[in-house]
Amino acid sequence: MSHESTYVPGTAIERWLDRRLPIIRLGYDSFGDFPTPKNLNYWYTFGGILTVCLMIQIVTGIILTMHYTPHVDYAFASVEHIMRDVNYGHIMRYAHANGASMFFIAVYLHMFRGLYYGSYKEPREVLWIIGVIIFVLMMATAFMGYVLPWGQMSFWGATVITSLFSAVPLIGDSLTTLLWGGYSVDNPTLNRFFALHYLLPFLIAGAVILHIWALHVPGNANPTGVEVKSSKDTVPFHPYYTVKDGFAIIVFLIMFAVFLFFMPNALGHPDNYIPANPLVTPEHIVPEWYFLPFYAMLRAITFDVFFISSKLGGVIVMFASILLLLFLPWLDRSKVRSHRYRPIARGFFFLFVADCLFLGWLGAQVAEQPYILLSQLATAYYFAYFLVILPLLAVLETPKELPKSISDDVLSRSQKKQARASSPTPVAQPAE
Amino acid sequence: MNSVTQAEQGHEEQEGETRRDFIHLLAVAATGFAGVGVVLPAVHQMNPDASVRALATKTVDLSAVDVGQAIKVMWQGKPVFIRRRTEAEIAEAAETPVNVLPDQLSRNENLSGSEEATDANRATTAEWMVVLGVCTHLGCVPLGTDDGDNRGDFNGWFCPCHGSHYDIAGRIRKGPAPENLGIPPYEFVSDTTLRIG
Amino acid sequence: MSKIIIALIVACAMSSGVALAAGGKTKPVEHYHWSFSGINGKYDKEALQRGFQVYREVCAACHSIDFIAFRHLGDKGGPFYLEECPEGAPDTLNCSNPNDNPLVKALAAEYEVEDGPDDSGDMFMRTGLPSDTIPGPYANEQQAAAANGGAIPPDLSLITKARKYGPDYLHSLLKGYTDPPETVELDPGTYYNPYYKGDMATLLKPVYVDDEGKPLEGVDVPYGGVLKMKAPLVDGIVDYIDDSVPETVEQYSKDVTTFLTWTAEPKMEARKTMGKISLLYLLIMAVIVYLSYKQIWSRIDH
Repeated sequence: MSHESTYVPGTAIERWLDRRLPIIRLGYDSFGDFPTPKNLNYWYTFGGILTVCLMIQIVTGIILTMHYTPHVDYAFASVEHIMRDVNYGHIMRYAHANGASMFFIAVYLHMFRGLYYGSYKEPREVLWIIGVIIFVLMMATAFMGYVLPWGQMSFWGATVITSLFSAVPLIGDSLTTLLWGGYSVDNPTLNRFFALHYLLPFLIAGAVILHIWALHVPGNANPTGVEVKSSKDTVPFHPYYTVKDGFAIIVFLIMFAVFLFFMPNALGHPDNYIPANPLVTPEHIVPEWYFLPFYAMLRAITFDVFFISSKLGGVIVMFASILLLLFLPWLDRSKVRSHRYRPIARGFFFLFVADCLFLGWLGAQVAEQPYILLSQLATAYYFAYFLVILPLLAVLETPKELPKSISDDVLSRSQKKQARASSPTPVAQPAE
Repeated sequence: MNSVTQAEQGHEEQEGETRRDFIHLLAVAATGFAGVGVVLPAVHQMNPDASVRALATKTVDLSAVDVGQAIKVMWQGKPVFIRRRTEAEIAEAAETPVNVLPDQLSRNENLSGSEEATDANRATTAEWMVVLGVCTHLGCVPLGTDDGDNRGDFNGWFCPCHGSHYDIAGRIRKGPAPENLGIPPYEFVSDTTLRIG
Repeated sequence: MSKIIIALIVACAMSSGVALAAGGKTKPVEHYHWSFSGINGKYDKEALQRGFQVYREVCAACHSIDFIAFRHLGDKGGPFYLEECPEGAPDTLNCSNPNDNPLVKALAAEYEVEDGPDDSGDMFMRTGLPSDTIPGPYANEQQAAAANGGAIPPDLSLITKARKYGPDYLHSLLKGYTDPPETVELDPGTYYNPYYKGDMATLLKPVYVDDEGKPLEGVDVPYGGVLKMKAPLVDGIVDYIDDSVPETVEQYSKDVTTFLTWTAEPKMEARKTMGKISLLYLLIMAVIVYLSYKQIWSRIDH
């Protein structure tokens, strides 16, 4: 897209098509000959993995819609019908349910990779922002999808999350009534969630195209954070990265298959196998694991701040924790992209990862002390990382020396590796 | 091939070219085979599911049907016409020579389906004519079962969509339909109880 | 920074003590090795048949299994699946088809199901068919609640997936009924079970609680809770055809748990078989693609 096209139409048909709709050229330039830094490690394979995840979700999702009934009286039974009677229905449904979890595992790793290697920095701000938008769309899609089986957790999760909007000042109650299409979560809610759950994945697919476009204008970032300087730094995307991504996708699918075939309910909640009952609230409402860190931050705000009630405060904090990511390119002003060369920032980064995991664990605990205090501390670090630590480090930290170019770095690393590999040999041989 | 010089490439190709090609071919083939393995269940899920297959039979009580009357029942989502024919109608159907019929095959699932379309091959018990109520042209439901319906030029059934005329044995006589009305598998469990399917 | 970490550690250490103070603990379930556990796990077919018998003769008095049709019992992996027809059946019959399975047909015929409306608009009873779902004991929730002191007996089709450690929980619960501890007083019509959810602190006898209703110091709150189902299984209540199988609560409970795990997850065996094939294929594919990857990348310095 940004680099000069090297596509040469081979046949008369290709030449004919190329003058009318250069779609083969687009594909070739984007995924064939596209010059890609040659030092991308396995953390950079999650883009490809996520594409596969999206395709799996769309295909299995459309299959499930062929058998699902979006009505409060039939939704639960139609899911059981899929599980029991539809040909391969149980596999399709488990693939879709576990696929959502796999999607989030991959997207979180993809985002942490972006954070670590500074992929959001100039000139890739738009790429990052589109990524955040995709993430938000994914969360909305996953939330609405979880409501569709109409089990206890579906119903009460929907009730709790939509009730968040009642915290909005002045219009809160009208807003929740609008979302519900009634005065509680009921059939109209289920129907609109179904409609939107079907729509949003296609918006995601559209955003993914923009995401790839925005990637291909500046080209890939890479673990050194040093921009590509010459053709020595790059390899063509195909076959080098098609095969590398392909291998990573297969390894990822192996993990997926272990969940899908041997522990399909491990990531779900038993209560969702109880049909929704508006009269009985489960003892302990928890969202799916991938929302737990945000749920923890929501519940961490147990105090009023001036005129902001704790309820509204929690909602603000939860949404802010996601929207904050949009401003990351301007919060972290360090000239050095990769944390490889930022020793102090690296420490804080790993603490941030641990903090996110810890928040996830806290989200699954009951809302009582000491978990509330711990959630407050962890939430404070989450925000401090973006709002205080990264801006300050940009000024205070002295980064390590950057390699001159990608190929230089690759060369010195492979020499080091060789040195390490050959050095034990003389030591291992005792003098005879 | 930005970073790979021609010399390097040539060198590689001389050394184990066959082995290298083989592993790439195998990788592509394995991926393709896996793709097929995914597509098959993804398509097969559209076939009738176990609950649909379980409803493949239908039992009908015929004790309330008088001679000359007909009823409509649903079987596998399709109408089935059951007519209790009069002596005159049976005689008329039996006298029709096979060679005047546009479709001379019996289309009877209780037989092989390719016998001559005589009345005896169409109706297992001459009194009861059981046919699928689906016009073989484009799937409309022919008229002629209810009292007062247009029964067409041959006193059997008439499809209003494109004007196909069927006789009293459900055989196409005139109009665009290519085949006689189908006959579902059925069995008389007792004199007045019919099991379809 | 380090202060925060210390605070976190201290708080974590505190958490275990605090959590215990909260009431309403259930006894941890006992874990068993089931025939269906593990990647090679299969349902023990005879246990499934016995479990169905226990369900039918004991549980079915109050609990439905709405998602199960008679034909499901003859599905592959189900209790009455037949690979081949018994001798004497017509050649054309395919007994592996649950709709034609003679055992399933005979079983369905033992039940009366409601059908209709007929031509005059009335509902009527007829003999069951393989395609019918197994009729439950009550016509609707209101009837179920009225017959059971207000508690609706839950449908059992999915019970083992609807509880944490489902099969272990169910087995523990069924054989876990004991006399209530000395310190508590139960309402009539309720039964104590240490594995059931609840808060026994609310049922302590008045002498063990202070003015605010909190347990006195030194008084242990017992595990578990009370439920309106009395111990359903007693030794000898179901007569097994196979005399070598013990007719004990333990055995009944195991069998019915196996059966109810099958009702919750009838496709488990097929799923695990597909899983093993898929994993093997993916592993081989991973090796092939890895070799291809190594070959391709060996062309350049990296």
